[in-house]
Amino acid sequence: MGFEIDYLALAPELIVVITILVVFGLDMLLPRAQKYWAATAAVAGMAFALIPLGLLAIEGGTRSMFDGSYVTDDFSLVLKGLFLVAAYVVFLMSHDYIESERYYQGEYYFLLLASVLGSLVVASARDLIILFIGIELVTGPLYLLAGWRKGDIKSNEASMKYFILGVLSTAILLYGMSLLYGLTGEVTFAGLAAATAGMDTPALTMAVVFLIVGFGFKVAAVPFHFWAPDTYEGAPTPITAYISVNSKAAGFVAFLIVMYSALPDAAEVWAPALWALAALSMTIGNLAALRQTNIVRLLAYSAIAQAGFMLVPFAAAAVAGAALEEAFAATVIYLVIYAVMNLGAFGVVIAGARITRSGEIPAWAGLASVDARLGVLIGVFFFSLAGIPPLAGWFAKFVMFRSVMIAGGAATVALAVIAAVNAVIALYYYAKVVARVWLDDQVGVFPGDPEAPPAGSLRLALGVTVALTVAIGFYPTLATFVGDASRVIAAGG
Amino acid sequence: MEMFETWGLTLVVFLPLAGALLLGFVPRDNEGALKTVALGATVLAFLASLGVIVGFDFGAGGYNSYQFEVNEAWIGAIDANYHVGVDGISLPLLVLSTFVMVLSVIYTWNHWEEPYNPKAFLILMLILATGMNGTFVALDLVLFFIFFEIVLLPMYFMIGIWGDRTPRRLPGFSRTYETRLYASIKFFLFTLFGSAFMLLGFLALYFESGNVGDGRTFDIVELTDLGSQGAFTGTLAFLVFGAMFLGFAVKVPMWPLHTWLPDAHTAAPTVGSVLLAAILLKLGSYGFIRISLPILPQEAVEWAPFIAILAVIGIIYGSLACLAQTDMKRLIAFSSVGHMGFVMLGIATMTDIGINAAIIGMVAHGLITGLLFFLAGSMSHRYHTREMSRLGGNIRLMPVIGGILAFTAMASLGLPGLAGFWGEFMSLVGAYNPLEGLSLGVFRTAMVLGAVGTVLTAGYMLWMLQRVNLGEPPAEWETHEFHDADRFELAAWVPLIILIVVIGLYPKVVFDSTTETVTSLVEMAFSGDTTAFLGSGG
Repeated sequence: MGFEIDYLALAPELIVVITILVVFGLDMLLPRAQKYWAATAAVAGMAFALIPLGLLAIEGGTRSMFDGSYVTDDFSLVLKGLFLVAAYVVFLMSHDYIESERYYQGEYYFLLLASVLGSLVVASARDLIILFIGIELVTGPLYLLAGWRKGDIKSNEASMKYFILGVLSTAILLYGMSLLYGLTGEVTFAGLAAATAGMDTPALTMAVVFLIVGFGFKVAAVPFHFWAPDTYEGAPTPITAYISVNSKAAGFVAFLIVMYSALPDAAEVWAPALWALAALSMTIGNLAALRQTNIVRLLAYSAIAQAGFMLVPFAAAAVAGAALEEAFAATVIYLVIYAVMNLGAFGVVIAGARITRSGEIPAWAGLASVDARLGVLIGVFFFSLAGIPPLAGWFAKFVMFRSVMIAGGAATVALAVIAAVNAVIALYYYAKVVARVWLDDQVGVFPGDPEAPPAGSLRLALGVTVALTVAIGFYPTLATFVGDASRVIAAGG
Repeated sequence: MEMFETWGLTLVVFLPLAGALLLGFVPRDNEGALKTVALGATVLAFLASLGVIVGFDFGAGGYNSYQFEVNEAWIGAIDANYHVGVDGISLPLLVLSTFVMVLSVIYTWNHWEEPYNPKAFLILMLILATGMNGTFVALDLVLFFIFFEIVLLPMYFMIGIWGDRTPRRLPGFSRTYETRLYASIKFFLFTLFGSAFMLLGFLALYFESGNVGDGRTFDIVELTDLGSQGAFTGTLAFLVFGAMFLGFAVKVPMWPLHTWLPDAHTAAPTVGSVLLAAILLKLGSYGFIRISLPILPQEAVEWAPFIAILAVIGIIYGSLACLAQTDMKRLIAFSSVGHMGFVMLGIATMTDIGINAAIIGMVAHGLITGLLFFLAGSMSHRYHTREMSRLGGNIRLMPVIGGILAFTAMASLGLPGLAGFWGEFMSLVGAYNPLEGLSLGVFRTAMVLGAVGTVLTAGYMLWMLQRVNLGEPPAEWETHEFHDADRFELAAWVPLIILIVVIGLYPKVVFDSTTETVTSLVEMAFSGDTTAFLGSGG
């Protein structure tokens, strides 16, 4: 009881807060030519934040604060590690991108760091209010960042759409939460779980539906995905990468924890809904992706479909009434592997656009003939997204199928078959990109200079992601510890 | 030798991959070094596989006992292990794979297809080798799945980059596509479709093994033990067999899942076609023998008539389709459908004769059809066409290539004394007397139709020879100067010719390895005394 603060447990968040302030200060004080220090400070801050994370992981155990509203356990540590590392990679990708287009650097990093802070909060939040603050802190800055390319009308559209639909989803989410609070008088997940046990009123059903719709927007699951393609296309590419990885992952974590920890007894409402969301997201996302000619829009629909795959384990286990332990493990393993390969995919999009100066896939024809190394990277990331062994994606798909088969039952096997068919469909459009790059002949001359290497920070980002993609593919044990850590939450952490 | 016992198979599998990594560091324009590294890696893998033969105890017998076994933890979280080993069934196929690989590298020495880029091509070949060799030694379902799938990427790129560039209009589309683009993605999608379901089947087996055995396992050896005790039955086992059937049948390929094959084989560059025909197709039929039959014997018996019917349709359909071809390479591609039909018919009989026939059929088809694709490649390299109507009198223009073509066609149609004979003949014998309990009506009809298939095979092969090899050369080639087979081509082909003759005259070289293992497999899985009723002759 009481409100003692465990500073070690909060250290990652505190370091990010301090970094935010430092970046803000540097941006105001430094002359324009030296603003790159803001970027350096931001990147360094992220790296520092990983240190207490490591200490906490070594120490192990669960640290709980504020009456169990804010918890640091293995599950949240793994997620915080994922959020920080993924954000670090995004920062690496941003560096050159932001500099070359002469944007205000300080604000950019300031806003992005605020969003990272939000995701850290989401990972630890165990009550509705903190969770809500966290999730809004994740998306709030992104509305601004999506519109960062102020001169570009598409970027404006991206920001506008994202903002309007985001705010709408926030309202719906908040309404669902307030209904829950009104029904039970509880905000902590543990309290809600106890209070909703055995409860059977239409109001509870409504609250759950509102929550699903709200979170559905955040993770861009079909049919709440309409903002995603336009926002992805218009936003600066590193921000798109961030939205598709960090923001999506944060939304996912919030979604699953609320359903599992706070509303276990309402499973007969949310389990079929998740089943439908998973099946629709996979199928519609994939079918729409087939028709895309813009590489970022293709990745947007791919991200929608991947969200469907990520929902599969949880939906299957819930529908079958099986233990959710494996489902949590599978989803988090999937999230981690998806983060690695999707960041890599956006990295090669940035690196490739340097040569093609276009996001249209036909303009990428024959890219491998001028830059074979980039061609190999494109092959690695896109085939990994398709789940082709020996690249990391196969293991994500594998644990997904595995957890479905554990659950058993006709409805889940049906979902597994839908997922299997979708895995095949997905290959077609991922392969289409690789085919343009490798199989097609070059048309005309590329506007960019293929000889000029990409910036060092981007190369580092690509190097890290490709190394992880290949290493996890050959030796997936590298990624399975995150699954083990996730079982904590299911074990009642 | 102790050392080699544990590392032998790992060397065979991963030497090519190490070679591929090494190639990554060789500059693109240093062609000599590239070829030397590739040749070195494949030769070393081949020597290692020969070492496995030398160290192999052929008298060990008993199904489900493997040699050169290694079993190390790999992915603890899902109970998947790095478990490899060989037995009498996989040994010939493993050696076939490493052997054909060496010959393919030799052949590529001066045969580069547009758009050139030897570095990429050799890297892909070596990755392919690792996938193929690995599939034949994997004793863990996850490991098997990974190796089975690794071959997809290199083959996709081989067909897609170096494949046939003829534009082609697809039914229902207004614009034309280059054949290679269409064929490569079709190959990829078909195979992935099959293997996605195969994976679901593997997973179902894994969970079921937790219910009936000592704990969940992906281990093929343990699953075989469970399966031979009749652990997997009922609807689940039926569906699992069906799911795995999809995966393997696409790869074999069995009618009606074969449609990717003619496109892929025809569009692929020469070496790609050779490797596809010689090795990749065997991954499917090997999967049936290694996984489907021993682990799900009851289901295999249930499915056998169905498999036999599809196999025979494949034989007849493949042969008739061959008769309709105008493109020489496409004809050879369709002939694979027929030949693999015999292999599957042999497997479907569930007898030791039939399964032995399937294995020797696989080896023979690998050698013969591999050689045919080499020849087709070399000829279209010289004529710049594969249209049989434009060819003729080849044996006069190029006596050596023409002679080898005649020889190989004879081997392909199953001439006694050459390797192709045994697989066809014995699988028909097996079909006369399938496993006790299987419908004699179905299998004997299959045998008769299969025999008709052999006649049709002879028909289209001779017809091809007649159109391509014999007669007067057409006017357009009359005055053309052709250079006959060069030394690289001969170096790649002569070993194949020798083996085709050796296996044809003395099939014991294969049977010595397979017979005992197959007999004990049949005994263990179907626990019938097969030799007894073979003697009775129905």
